[in-house]
Amino acid sequence: MSKYEVVIGLEVHLELGTKTKIFCSCPTTFGDEPNTQVCPVCLGLPGVLPVLNKRALEFAVLTGLALNCEINSYSKFDRKNYFYPDLPKAYQISQFDFPVGKNGYLKIQSNGETRKIGINRVHLEEDAGKLIHSNDGLFSLVDYNRTGVPLVEIVSEPDLRSAEEARVFLEDLKKILLYTGVSDCKMEEGSLRCDANISVRLKGEAELGTKTELKNMNSFKAVQKGLEFEVERQIERLENGHRIVQETLRWDETKGETVTMRSKEEAHDYRYFPDPDLVPMEIGVMMVEKVKKELPELPLEKKERFVSQYCLSDYDAQVLTGTREMAVFFEECVKLFSEPKIVSNWVMGELSMHMNAAGLDFCTIKVTPEDLVEMLEMLKQGKISGKMAKDVLAEMFNSGKKAHQVVKEKGMEQISDQGVLEEIIQEVIKTNPGPVADYKAKKKKALGFLVGQVMKSTGGSANPQMVNEILRDKLKNV
Amino acid sequence: MNLYELKVHEAHDLIKQKKISCEEILLGVLDRIEEVEGIVQGFVTVTRDYALKKARETDKKIALGRKVGPLTGIPFALKDNMCSKDILTTCSSKILEGFKPPYNATVFERLEEQGAVLVGKTNMDEFAMGSSTENSGLFATKNPWDPSRVPGGSSGGSAAVVASDQVPFALGSDTGGSIRQPASYCGVVGMKPTYGRVSRYGLVAFASSLDQIGPLTKDVKDCALVMNAICGSDLKDSTSAPVDVPDFCSFIGKEVKGIRMGIAEEYFSLGIDDAVRNVIGKAIDNLENLGMGKVELSLPHTSYALPAYYLVSPAEASSNLSRYDGIRYGFRHEDSNNLLETYQKTRSRGFGAEVKRRIMLGTYALSSGYYDAYYLKAQKVRTLIKNDFDEAFKNCDVIVTPTAPTVSFKAGENTQDPLQMYLNDVFTIPVSMSGLPAVSIPCGFINGLPVGLQIIGKPFDEGTILQVADAFEQSRSFLNMKPNFGSFVRGGV
Ligand SMILES: [Zn+2]
Repeated sequence: MSKYEVVIGLEVHLELGTKTKIFCSCPTTFGDEPNTQVCPVCLGLPGVLPVLNKRALEFAVLTGLALNCEINSYSKFDRKNYFYPDLPKAYQISQFDFPVGKNGYLKIQSNGETRKIGINRVHLEEDAGKLIHSNDGLFSLVDYNRTGVPLVEIVSEPDLRSAEEARVFLEDLKKILLYTGVSDCKMEEGSLRCDANISVRLKGEAELGTKTELKNMNSFKAVQKGLEFEVERQIERLENGHRIVQETLRWDETKGETVTMRSKEEAHDYRYFPDPDLVPMEIGVMMVEKVKKELPELPLEKKERFVSQYCLSDYDAQVLTGTREMAVFFEECVKLFSEPKIVSNWVMGELSMHMNAAGLDFCTIKVTPEDLVEMLEMLKQGKISGKMAKDVLAEMFNSGKKAHQVVKEKGMEQISDQGVLEEIIQEVIKTNPGPVADYKAKKKKALGFLVGQVMKSTGGSANPQMVNEILRDKLKNV
Repeated sequence: MNLYELKVHEAHDLIKQKKISCEEILLGVLDRIEEVEGIVQGFVTVTRDYALKKARETDKKIALGRKVGPLTGIPFALKDNMCSKDILTTCSSKILEGFKPPYNATVFERLEEQGAVLVGKTNMDEFAMGSSTENSGLFATKNPWDPSRVPGGSSGGSAAVVASDQVPFALGSDTGGSIRQPASYCGVVGMKPTYGRVSRYGLVAFASSLDQIGPLTKDVKDCALVMNAICGSDLKDSTSAPVDVPDFCSFIGKEVKGIRMGIAEEYFSLGIDDAVRNVIGKAIDNLENLGMGKVELSLPHTSYALPAYYLVSPAEASSNLSRYDGIRYGFRHEDSNNLLETYQKTRSRGFGAEVKRRIMLGTYALSSGYYDAYYLKAQKVRTLIKNDFDEAFKNCDVIVTPTAPTVSFKAGENTQDPLQMYLNDVFTIPVSMSGLPAVSIPCGFINGLPVGLQIIGKPFDEGTILQVADAFEQSRSFLNMKPNFGSFVRGGV
């Protein structure tokens, strides 16, 4: 065990899924031609004024509620002043001392134990634009499509104790945020971005060590690897008698190391002050109550309920609540087919397998809960075999056809007609005197062979359970 | 009478009666501009062709039966810090060189809806910082009453073009007194409405929590007419107040008997010129003669308003003006090797001395470690000043003060001493800091130079202010004097 304790706090930037920007009515869709989604307001041209998008505020409140925050009844916007070409007003409208939410927490599950990680604050702000540098480095272009896209910044307390834990925190956070529907959380498109503050100290020490800030990690892997590297680096420096220098770092994926962006000396004085263009916000009880109604059951509660209500294993419940859509799909099925374990097996197994292979999710697949249940009913009633069921589902998944349609078209219906089966079995007994004699001589294998013969002559569509029963019965009388 | 001398309501009557066309009025005004602008230099841009097109369009619409509103066909000017689509908007600063906004200020939009005709954009102290219009980054405007003197500032251009009959009315903007003080120096009516009364959308910001647009007119009735057109909440400005707008004209011609005027001792001691005090004293007597009551009162924090203002307004300005960085529009210093140099050279060449001074002041006041001592303290003082007024208005309906401590001063007299210059706004700043409405109206002359009377009202009570101002104006119609251009228009400066 290391003699050091790792202290990590995360700052997560989340792009809200509003249709329009935070202070104007420009659309927020991703990936359009540069500078096609801009207007005088989000370009910060002289004289224009911001007007708050109410939905963005509601989303921030929803995020705060999902993270168990207190919602400030008085909140306001402040200006964070700095110069950069991607920031058209040379200040970012953000929140300084009265964020929308504060003092929350997020329960995460790490190494089998549940840990409560403090959430310091949840605040609203506007995004900046994007610089595009020419290959020769001679010029840079600016795309302002992103300016004014609403962001929520979530700041954790320095409660995380390892890179692994930080990754889990982020994964659980993402899951919750997806549940609330405030964002699509696409890390590859930058709608979920993460900065981390890292320090190490000797175990038992009360004071925090000097921290470094690791910026702009855009995948879970980068978060874990970057933090692991930085923790190692800091410990190594301390072990060798060096001090940690307070600085801002960037994770270089290709080099696999952290790289200095700027030192403390270059740190900005943002000269925060209340934005006089936006009146302070009164977040009334009415609004909070309204937003609360939008707050869904969150993954952890849902998982616990699945375990107790449906008698599922911890593992199954965990997987089924992995996304809100999967959990909803599962519960819709269970409403129609009251054998949760069977539904769970099929949803987590075959259905997920097809989805993964096709790169689809529960919002895009053609199979509905009703469709799946129809197939499960046929299986239960013995109309199709387990093996057939898999084929039927595959066909349903690909073509969008209903189970009964597939079965009918492919002639897959199982032969469960007593009379038909008896006839076939009589024939098999007649033409296989050897194995019948073996069976009589108590050679167990012989029964298997005879069943196989029946299946063969029916093209595999005989109901195996019935074949077994009838065969045993007939053999008694041979 | 010359057409250019017409007041808004006079011109309106003639247009409505179809005695003259909008184009005729406009041509009269354009001739007048030709005649006197060389001396006054109140315009940064004259939109001659645009105005002719608009006036002819308006005439056609009237011929087709369009309703003639109070401002239909009336020429006007905008201070050059109000955005006008595809028309140069400079704030009298080099840094906005060539800037033509792709949008209109809400006030401009509202005036155009009424059919008013824009004839030009007026000169100002750069980014509205100054009290003389000598701080324009382009050229200095002259006072029509005496071209060796300043028109006041920062709306000096708007005040001067109205005073010299180049337009029937103009809009100015007031941050610490920039409508009232030039109105006082130029002998016209200038009103700063309650903060939030008029949309700031499209007004290039100086200090957002103080800026307010208002009219400069030849008389109080015109002021009411323009107020009717520009006031009212605007979805594009979340600081604009959702308060009903009364018909301000309904306050015109009403008696003022029983209205109580407050007289604050502080406004008659702070560096006020004796002659000005004398003229104001007579004006107050006159109001008493009209039946108004007089209440002596005190606004104890008045002397702190100026220093507090010079922390709050530069702080906001330093942030508002940081967007002029040479990257996207306006002036850019091309001879720079990197981004930082582009910023530095663009801003050091693009901004004038007063603007730089205030940016530095504001940056300092907001910087970490000084914020509490300066910006925050100033905001607390601001609250105390506002409380003074709230308290005072429990006992009176309007407060009457001088608009400025002196009459217009000689050009160049104060340019070397910014602190002396700042004192010109000592009586207007407390009102701005409190967000209150106030008007300046001419109330007398000292050696041929106009003196302004400031009437301050309760929040959103511009009506009462106009009522008192109009009654005063009616009782002192001899004040309806014009600057004597004859002497210098024909080369006799
Ligand atoms: Zn926009």
